[in-house]
Amino acid sequence: MRSAIVDHVIDPAGLIAEVTGDVNGATILFLGTVRDSNDGRGVTGIEYSAYRSMAERGLAAIVGEASAEFGTTDVVVEHRVGTLTVGEVSVAIAVAHPHRAAAYDASRYVIEQIKRRVPIWKREHYADGTREWVDPTAHRATAEATG
Amino acid sequence: MTVTVLLFASYADALGERTIPLDLPNGSTVGEALRRVREMAGAARLPAEPMIAVNEEYARADRMLAAGDEVAIIPPVAGG
Repeated sequence: MRSAIVDHVIDPAGLIAEVTGDVNGATILFLGTVRDSNDGRGVTGIEYSAYRSMAERGLAAIVGEASAEFGTTDVVVEHRVGTLTVGEVSVAIAVAHPHRAAAYDASRYVIEQIKRRVPIWKREHYADGTREWVDPTAHRATAEATG
Repeated sequence: MTVTVLLFASYADALGERTIPLDLPNGSTVGEALRRVREMAGAARLPAEPMIAVNEEYARADRMLAAGDEVAIIPPVAGG
């Protein structure tokens, strides 16, 4: 098991290598990537920030829960912070397990829990030059011009 | 006693600060710390009941604080 908040480009192949092994018949890699639009607006990048120490604790707790619940210690997650451009990987989750069903379930558990409770925020940069903090609990946020 | 209030993302923008030292009477709660923060400029943009973490763990408004505690006001999380 391993989890980290990172400032560098995530290496998905490295994460897969960490979890694969002869006892495992299934390996799942989930990548979250920056997409080029949101709610009909063109997005050029996303700036991720975190309450880093709490986020690291949160990721470690989630990985521990997934391991206990789904029966594998082969769980690795990295979440990146900083400014990412379209197509870059913001989060990567690698899970390996003897059987696929539990591997899928563990991977899903980790990403859903990250979205629910880990203190990470994102500010989208739009094609029109504005920036806005993303609030998943609100339908609309106030646009903030960058000047 | 003094506690440290931490602000992030949209809340840090609203109040123009990331770290605020706060002097409180001994035995104060999270809710009382929050009331003090609400008196500050820009705090009108905080929601009625923001998520709070004390020393990196989510906490309720009635949680009692101790000197040196780190009280984080957590905007809606948006990881992934």
